[in-house]
Amino acid sequence: MAKVAPEWETVVGLEVHVELATDTKLFSAAPSRFGDEPNTNVTPVCLGLPGSLPVLNRRAVELAIAVGLALNCEIRPSIFHRKNYFYPDMPKDYQVSQYDQPICSDGWLDVPGANRVGIERAHLEEDAGKTTHLGGADGRIHGAVGALVDYNRAGTPLLEIVSRPDIGSAAEASAYVEELRAILLALGASDARLEEGSMRVDANISVRPAGSDELRTRCEVKNVNSLRSLRNAIDYEARRHIGLYQSGEEPIQETRHWSTDGRTHSLRSKEEADDYRYFPEPDLVPLAPDPEWISRVRAAMPALPAAQRERLGELGADLDDAQIIVNRGLASLVLDAVGAGADANRTVMHAVQNLALDGAELLDATQLASLVQMEAAGQLTATQAKTVLGVMCERAHDGNADPGAIAAELGFEAMDSSELETLVDQAIADHPEAWQKFCAGEAKVAGVFVGAVMKATRGQADGKAVNQLLAQRRDG
Amino acid sequence: MSTAKAIAQDVRTGTRRAAAVLEEYLGRIELHDSDIHAFNTVTAEQARAAAASIDAAVSQGRDPGPLAGVPIAFKDNMCTRGVPTTCSSRMLETWSPPYDATVVQAMTAAGAVMVGKTNLDEFAMGSSTEHSAFGPTRNPYDLTRVPGGSSGGSAAAVAAGFAPLALGSDTGGSIRQPAALCGIVGIKPTYGRVSRYGLVAFASSFDQIGPFAADVADAALALEVISGHDPGDSTSIPTAVPDYDAALGKGVEGLRVGVISELTGGGRNGSRNGGGNGNLLEGIDADIAERVLEAADALAEAGAVVGSVSVPAVTYGLTAYYLIAPAEASSNLARYDGTRYGLRIDGADVEEMNRLTRRAGFGDEVKARIMLGTFALSAGYYDAYYGKAQRVRMLTRRDFDAAYADYDVLLSPTSPCVAFRFGERSDPMTMYRCDTCTIPSNLSGDPAMSVPFGTGTDDLPVGVQVLAPALGEETMLTVAAALERAAPPLPAPQMAAGGTSGGA
Repeated sequence: MAKVAPEWETVVGLEVHVELATDTKLFSAAPSRFGDEPNTNVTPVCLGLPGSLPVLNRRAVELAIAVGLALNCEIRPSIFHRKNYFYPDMPKDYQVSQYDQPICSDGWLDVPGANRVGIERAHLEEDAGKTTHLGGADGRIHGAVGALVDYNRAGTPLLEIVSRPDIGSAAEASAYVEELRAILLALGASDARLEEGSMRVDANISVRPAGSDELRTRCEVKNVNSLRSLRNAIDYEARRHIGLYQSGEEPIQETRHWSTDGRTHSLRSKEEADDYRYFPEPDLVPLAPDPEWISRVRAAMPALPAAQRERLGELGADLDDAQIIVNRGLASLVLDAVGAGADANRTVMHAVQNLALDGAELLDATQLASLVQMEAAGQLTATQAKTVLGVMCERAHDGNADPGAIAAELGFEAMDSSELETLVDQAIADHPEAWQKFCAGEAKVAGVFVGAVMKATRGQADGKAVNQLLAQRRDG
Repeated sequence: MSTAKAIAQDVRTGTRRAAAVLEEYLGRIELHDSDIHAFNTVTAEQARAAAASIDAAVSQGRDPGPLAGVPIAFKDNMCTRGVPTTCSSRMLETWSPPYDATVVQAMTAAGAVMVGKTNLDEFAMGSSTEHSAFGPTRNPYDLTRVPGGSSGGSAAAVAAGFAPLALGSDTGGSIRQPAALCGIVGIKPTYGRVSRYGLVAFASSFDQIGPFAADVADAALALEVISGHDPGDSTSIPTAVPDYDAALGKGVEGLRVGVISELTGGGRNGSRNGGGNGNLLEGIDADIAERVLEAADALAEAGAVVGSVSVPAVTYGLTAYYLIAPAEASSNLARYDGTRYGLRIDGADVEEMNRLTRRAGFGDEVKARIMLGTFALSAGYYDAYYGKAQRVRMLTRRDFDAAYADYDVLLSPTSPCVAFRFGERSDPMTMYRCDTCTIPSNLSGDPAMSVPFGTGTDDLPVGVQVLAPALGEETMLTVAAALERAAPPLPAPQMAAGGTSGGA
């Protein structure tokens, strides 16, 4: 890993908020769903109406336990607290959150290609609503003339996963988040999309002289909404700290905002921090999952990314390919497709090269297997297979993604070899000069004939087969 | 005036029509509530429609339920769909909830007919109903005196014959103390026995809904209807609800009754742990303590084993309560910020809107408690105030547990004094002392109720408090029913004695 400056090392701890993939909210039966009309997915509880009371969502607790187990945490009896502060998108003007007794604590995550990172805790809390400021620059509060609040998001279950300051660089931080995301996807605990905010990362950053184990003043950087921003923000902030130390100054503990100008800006210092007046939430009872419940959750957990990478490795995938497949949440799909008889190499190749697509994670393993088998049997060319895969992903939501049907619909039918021979001969006859050059050893003019055949077949010919025929004609 | 039990019986058998019963009560409200001011809202039209559908059900051979046609008043901090639920605060003066509280649903399902929403100290903070933003309620026994509080409107409504039943909420004594001051029965059930869903929160870990009635049997009937598990309230208890009516006829023979020495100045003859007479807690009227000892004598005569018992933690109850309750209130009342519902006073920005709204919407007592609670939870003070108060709460439970090892129920005064005159207790500490005897049960979460037993100063009603261990409502009711049988008859309320009472 490239160091920011050789005599300094970067120290990072990450706080990752993920929206849990429950049907309903953390404390109410309102749908936990996005993109609907504002203020439609709400109950008296979501709006903090007088007299309303919270009831804990069992599924959210199960997902929290599953994530905790995947992160090697202890699952402990926990309670909820109220975090009191006034803000228009907080319906009750307090947030219900776990405070000093989180459900998951003291675990770790092995980051591929990097260190083991300690997990301090993972705790449940409710999300706030969403405020849109009217009239201010960039929809931010400064200069706004009014605000609209949508409470559809209010009460969405969040799991906040707090790492120890065990991360030593921007690249390691990025790898940690990728691995965490892969775990969340494997568990179905969250769709964990950074760009859409269903996964939010705050980075606590400090620096120290290389080789020391001290912890110096840290700054918390918010608004990091991609892996790239995360890396850039960490590097920027580390350099800023080093610069301060080198000029005889010291950073102050504060919260900073990562901005589109590629810099961090001070939001508030520790002294300005609110007094949240935490106290135990009297409307909820203690949450103490019994060992039997925990074992049931454990037993229902699918294979985790580390195990999936190992299985993909056994199929012949190299580490990079395995990583890509796992991080796309496609490991089960690939493993199951191979289990259903698909050729392992081809399946891995498609997953890596042709499935960076929305909907890929919804594909049916047997349908993927039959596509790979059609290609292996020569019923589809590589190009056609890729096209069919694209359509399959588009239709995966409906489960209406049978590759045979799609191929037929697109008019992809295996071309009979004599028909192809006729077309190749026609192409040679049409381009005599090019043919002379080809026979003289100029291999790159093969493109002329392949192009002509493709044009004649509207792209449906197998390029490899055309090349083989050209070679046969030349050598024969 | 009939009992709720008799009304329901008559309506179910078709002997009387719910509509006729209702008109009788609406008539009394019409005639006298301008003097009493028990109600913030009278829902006459809605009530007439409800009574008509009860009568229709009976005529079609269907049973409208155990409270068929019984008029009922709800304290105005219980959510009623489409009907203003003001908490007697400017903040919610115009707010109507989109849903019914679980107790309102339960009462409606049992056939009860809501006649209106009753006055209270703003957000249930007070012991006299003087802190209502809409003016105080007057005590039917003496219109120059308070009905107690915070459920003063509900207590006065039952005492004045505006409804045979009413519901109140009790956070530090807000059902029992007004019941005592108005000469009626009031029950604070075990915490969690009755759902809080739809009760506008004051202090969530203490708030509990319970009934007011003219007699123990009606109170038991109402309690049975509203008790039970509610999946909408995480703190509600899943235990099955017993037949409370069956507890009333049981005798008290052999029951062990402990008189709390700190609240009565110790027992008399026959005390087991007798503590002399000199340790009566400050502010408790001697003649009220005397009524409690007479009540104990009556129980002894009926066969109970009576003794005196010390519950030392009761002397710290008031202090602990006035830290925890405001702390919870400061958080519960944060939501009234002008953003979503209720009063809004616009300002230059959100913070100013919040500030102006809260300044205009809350009365002084509410503001005082919010400030007290905010302070008690602040960083650096939490352990010394909130933390220590929670330890007193644990101690209170422990002391009660020890007492219940030797006794089945305990006795004490409900209120340290009879109904006082308006303005007489304007000093907050004097007002807070009204809750001395009732607060310990809120700290422990145990059930307690007030039963009229004789009179005190100026011939005004005195209530004796019967306390029982958690889910001990049946024994508590058995003892209360025995006290009711032994109690000297109460004089009629002033308003009734004045000859202005209507019919029945």
